[in-house]
Amino acid sequence: MGRKKAQSENRELVIPGQLIAEGEFKVATPNYIYRVGNRYYSAVVGLAEVTEDSLTVIPLEGFYYPSPGDVVIGVIRNVGITSWEVDIRAPFPATLYAADFLGRPINPAKEDLSDYLNIGDVVLAKVEVFDRTRDPILTTKGKGLGKVTKGSVIEISPVKVPRVIGKKGSMHQTLESETGCKITVAKNGRILIECPNKQLEEIVVLAVRKIEREAHIPGLTDRIKEFILKEKVRRGLLGGEQGGETEAD
Amino acid sequence: MVSKEEKPKLIRDDGLRHDGRRPDELRPIKMQVGVLKNANGSALVEYGKTRVLAAVYGPREPQPKHISLPYRAILRCRYHMAPFSTHERKSPAPTRREIELSKVIREALEPIVISEMFPRASIDIYIEVLNADGGTRTTSITAASLALADAGIPVRDLVTGVAVGKVDGVIVLDIDEVEDMYGEADMPVAAAPSLGKITLLQLNGVLTPGEFEEALDLAMRGIQEIYKIQREVLKTKYLKVKVEE
Repeated sequence: MGRKKAQSENRELVIPGQLIAEGEFKVATPNYIYRVGNRYYSAVVGLAEVTEDSLTVIPLEGFYYPSPGDVVIGVIRNVGITSWEVDIRAPFPATLYAADFLGRPINPAKEDLSDYLNIGDVVLAKVEVFDRTRDPILTTKGKGLGKVTKGSVIEISPVKVPRVIGKKGSMHQTLESETGCKITVAKNGRILIECPNKQLEEIVVLAVRKIEREAHIPGLTDRIKEFILKEKVRRGLLGGEQGGETEAD
Repeated sequence: MVSKEEKPKLIRDDGLRHDGRRPDELRPIKMQVGVLKNANGSALVEYGKTRVLAAVYGPREPQPKHISLPYRAILRCRYHMAPFSTHERKSPAPTRREIELSKVIREALEPIVISEMFPRASIDIYIEVLNADGGTRTTSITAASLALADAGIPVRDLVTGVAVGKVDGVIVLDIDEVEDMYGEADMPVAAAPSLGKITLLQLNGVLTPGEFEEALDLAMRGIQEIYKIQREVLKTKYLKVKVEE
């Protein structure tokens, strides 16, 4: 199997059924690459990256597929006797056990779980167990996890999450430092934003939408930095440059 | 409209077809993806006057839950003709033909969807024929395959469909309604072009073994042409998005 041949350029836009490479490679994203013999095909519309010995396809469309350890933002969909059913935007319903959430055993005869979390409540949780034989189980044990009581949640396409976080968290840092908001990006494409004021929150939402739209075009972090600055000036939020209207558009 | 009694001349004296196409010529094909906001993936495909809209939802939890399978996602497909898609109003209730076509289209798509990735889930495909002028099942397959790719559902390849037929003794590509009605044979074919696998092959009418070979060959050439447009339309969706100033 010595022969290796990349069939696509790096970061090339690939579509399902397109040959990416021939030979023996390590597949970094097995969900998005389909193998026949020693030929590798893309299974989704995405960007293909071929290195010396590994293949990656970053999808441009898609949905959330849970994996243990993922931090997700869930919405309570149903209240059970000892657990909650949580919508995490996956093809599978997630379960959050009351004993886990409350940190103590509960007595279903005496307690009603809707006193703690009711339908429509939002939780920040981690996927504890998931494989193809059973549905995901969530846990709220961990720093910062639990019921969400303040802030706003927006939804983006789950495949765009890596772009909102950026390389080594660069985009996430830019968003936080430029606006002063606390932003929690969950793997399932829900983003929790806690801002000092409404205007900054609007800027963050617009910036995230811009990231989502232009996710596949390089040089995004710099453009976002510029965008936030421009929006801040437009709204008159910059201390040094009073009268923000001068630089509008 | 042509009445049933008088059969029109399907091949003209100059060797062209009734609408002026060469025997191996496709109708003008148009495609668009991402046309519906609520669906996870969608596509609008036109083969000449035939116009089909496909929407894909999922993978999601199936309703009712008991129909789910423990080892793979189920694929559900509904082919439906809009009441205004035909010359005479079509009753919106599903007919025997539509139920059968739903099954046939589902089976043409099932081999390419990597459904083992989503046990217990369902992938729902809704196909709406907006205007019917022959070849609706093959147009539907092309549209559904694009919608699946647009939804980001992992598939082994795209599927492309085209119908070939025999009219006035000539094997022709991409037959329309008139050619279907008065021709001697009609053969819809769908294939996964990159993998070189046929996923749908039906034949209505009579072809000799030699004609069958010729027709299949013609269909595969047509499929390659349509496949090129399919690939192009999926790519241009992203190349179109430019940096905003």
